[in-house]
Amino acid sequence: MDYLQQFCQQTLNGMSLGSIYALLALGYTMVYGIVKLINFAHGDILMVGAFVSYFFLRRWGITPVTLMLSFLPAMLFCLTLGVLIEKICYKPLRDQPRINTLITAIGVSFFLENGARVIPGIGPNPRVFPTLSAVNYTLFGVNISQVQILVFIVAIILMVLLNYIVSFTKIGKAMRAVSFDKGAAYLMGINVDRVISFTFVLGSSLAAAAGILFASSYPQIEPYMGTMPGMKAFIAAVLGGIGSIPGAVLGGFILGVAETLAKGFLSSQLSDAIAFGLLIIILVVKPSGLLGKPMGEKV
Amino acid sequence: MSKKMKTLVSVLLVALFLIFLNILVALRVIDEYTTQVLTIAGINVIIALGLNLISGFTGQLSLGHAGFMAVGAYTTAALMMKLNFPIFFAVIGGALMSAMFGFLIGLPTLRLHGDYLAIVTLGFGEIIRVVMINLPDITGGPAGLKGIPTYTTNFFWRPVLSFALVYLALALVVLFLSNLLKSSHGKAIISIREDEIAANAMGINVFYNKIFAFTISAFIGGLGGALYAPFFGYLSPNMFNFQKSVEFLIIVVLGGMGNLTGTVLAGIGLTYLQEFLRFLKDYRLVIYPMILIIVMIYQPSGIMGLFKNKEFSITGLVERLSGKGPSREESSDQAGDVQ
Amino acid sequence: MTVLETENISIQFGGLMAVSNLSMELKKGELIGLIGPNGAGKTTVFNMLTGVYKPTAGKITVCDHNDERKEIGKLHPYQITALGMARTFQNIRLFKNLTVLDNVRIANHLNVQYHSLQAVLRLPSYYQEEKQITEQSMELLRIFNIEHKSEELAKNLPYGEQRKLEIVRALATKPHILLLDEPAAGMNPQETLDLMDLIRHIRDRFDLSILLIEHDMKLVMGICERILVLDYGRLIARGTPAEIAHDPMVIKAYLGKELENDA
Repeated sequence: MDYLQQFCQQTLNGMSLGSIYALLALGYTMVYGIVKLINFAHGDILMVGAFVSYFFLRRWGITPVTLMLSFLPAMLFCLTLGVLIEKICYKPLRDQPRINTLITAIGVSFFLENGARVIPGIGPNPRVFPTLSAVNYTLFGVNISQVQILVFIVAIILMVLLNYIVSFTKIGKAMRAVSFDKGAAYLMGINVDRVISFTFVLGSSLAAAAGILFASSYPQIEPYMGTMPGMKAFIAAVLGGIGSIPGAVLGGFILGVAETLAKGFLSSQLSDAIAFGLLIIILVVKPSGLLGKPMGEKV
Repeated sequence: MSKKMKTLVSVLLVALFLIFLNILVALRVIDEYTTQVLTIAGINVIIALGLNLISGFTGQLSLGHAGFMAVGAYTTAALMMKLNFPIFFAVIGGALMSAMFGFLIGLPTLRLHGDYLAIVTLGFGEIIRVVMINLPDITGGPAGLKGIPTYTTNFFWRPVLSFALVYLALALVVLFLSNLLKSSHGKAIISIREDEIAANAMGINVFYNKIFAFTISAFIGGLGGALYAPFFGYLSPNMFNFQKSVEFLIIVVLGGMGNLTGTVLAGIGLTYLQEFLRFLKDYRLVIYPMILIIVMIYQPSGIMGLFKNKEFSITGLVERLSGKGPSREESSDQAGDVQ
Repeated sequence: MTVLETENISIQFGGLMAVSNLSMELKKGELIGLIGPNGAGKTTVFNMLTGVYKPTAGKITVCDHNDERKEIGKLHPYQITALGMARTFQNIRLFKNLTVLDNVRIANHLNVQYHSLQAVLRLPSYYQEEKQITEQSMELLRIFNIEHKSEELAKNLPYGEQRKLEIVRALATKPHILLLDEPAAGMNPQETLDLMDLIRHIRDRFDLSILLIEHDMKLVMGICERILVLDYGRLIARGTPAEIAHDPMVIKAYLGKELENDA
């Protein structure tokens, strides 16, 4: 009986973490779908978003309203940063072998992390992210905190918004066209550069939101906080099928639950290894992921 | 001058040069601090050469080379401290263990597409590091491993011996890679980078060759780590993190992927830069990725790309000195004998 | 003697049957052509024959160097090449950053006897074999008139010479069956005529059996002894050039759609 309750509790916690991973994985999957790049720096955008919100909340104090308001400057700042990075670092390399862009992305990631570390206001030491007073509700014998409710609500709203944009707007259609065949889309009159920038806008905004939610759930923030979540979100995207938006969401939740259950029932250290283990299994068994389509190279 | 003569003279020249350097070191004409930096540089170059083999020449990006360095270092330390192996055998043992890891890791991962391979090698690098932290009996755990026996307890000869062994190893590695890459086997490896599907169609067992290159690359990376353990005397798992793997990547990229000369130059240059920029403390950490980004955007073929990716060739030098121009076979090679 | 034979091979991609029930044979010393409208599945057939795709049904048999028949449906491309069947690619897949000579030498690799150890130690066997390989490679380049470009990087060659190099490279694997995928694509009439002579020449000189895909009808009608016609993945006609030229099914396949559209 106790195990069942524990299991449900951990599953709920896992879903909460999974929502954050899902938001982050969406950015990875969209960018990969469009430009076939694993944006190593994506996890660090999460960190930037968390810090922007942190400074906003330091200035205006922490209340439910200010917390919600902080999403705006964070997302705006991050989407600008994302577009800048794309234009300066990735765009010039579009015709080069993919290995080159991957290496550049690593460079950008390190630059952001270590850059944040040397900036005096941010510094190498962890800071405490402001939190609202902890309020817990109990639902069917399972604890759910205010923060977790916030995470769910924000994540769902953003995912619905994203779905609307991708499925029902003109630019969304353009995104899908470019991810299928960049050359053909270009010939059809689609401004490919604009579409790529827009993808980074979407991905970075989601990453910023994920950053705030992550910081609210685990209130210690520091320059390297984005590395592990970034890795896990990437694994989630691959798990669900890289390039597939529903896949990213599915992968995010699976990974979040798996990691939390592993932490709860096995060991904390092992949970990281399990994430990588899942990656290796998926890549060996079904590289296209749960919801992805196998993409062969045309010979 | 016949080929055999050329090779003999070249080897002799290299040997004389190394002996000359060692004399300078022994006489302290090259001071101890510089010797130490150069020794570290030599180790970095060795590991970077290993990385270049798999990433630059075979085209398979590997982001976990610090892991191989770690395996080599810890194995050597364990062999010396627990099993009282003499240094020479401990070093070889470390490199061999690393090669075995490379082989085992390569088997499942080298089937993967390039992007995924990079992530998985990163993962393995991290897993190795976490495992090292959790084996305190062998590795001293997170606090690190102290008191590793060094090359000799004689204070006078220690820097000389370290320097000599590291650079001897470096010369052998360079010779090995250079000869391998000029041969048909080496060219088969390079063709995989150029076009895997065409290489397959031309009768090349792509998977076998990838494993071959990866295992050798792991051996060389482990060799660097194995030489490092007795030199530095202290090991800690956090020395072998992703940041370290990226440092090796920067060396390879800066020098030119697929160019041995470049790796040697960039390795020595970057090690010196590290020392030189010590005063910048944490700002150093921002400069390295900036170098990487700038190189990738403006000169992705690295330093040697400016020289059309030529390799420095000792035998070419010998020919020029003996009065003849380079023979057709020498100049057609992409990888020559390199100092 | 039949050197290459397929029995009812098919391949399916998702819902699409790209090739269905193809049965054909190539006899020793023959020079036959595979033609068909764009998208008919010709390169897909090549990809099945050379192990890039595995057929979802049917059997493929090849004669190896010792004239033994081997089934190859499940083999990898490099294994099939080792048995003696080589191919060129429609979109040219040269090793761009390597020299012309190196491109050819690499194709020799599967026949190399020395081990990597002997290479590293630079034993005499290494030097001997390397010299042999270089000579053989230069000889091949000479036949195709590009030996003066041996030190050039493959990516710097003009298009026509790149196409030639594709063929030279395939020849260097010492095949007895050669599959050429649109060897004349992008060539002008004079180059095409030269190529026709070259193909006949290498067939005789190297004792090859050749199957080629082409759109250039002059070349196909000019040198092919037999022709297979593919449309929508099915074989719709086979015969001599004369028979094919007058076959109503073939005419319909090539021109029929235009007539339908006009009507």
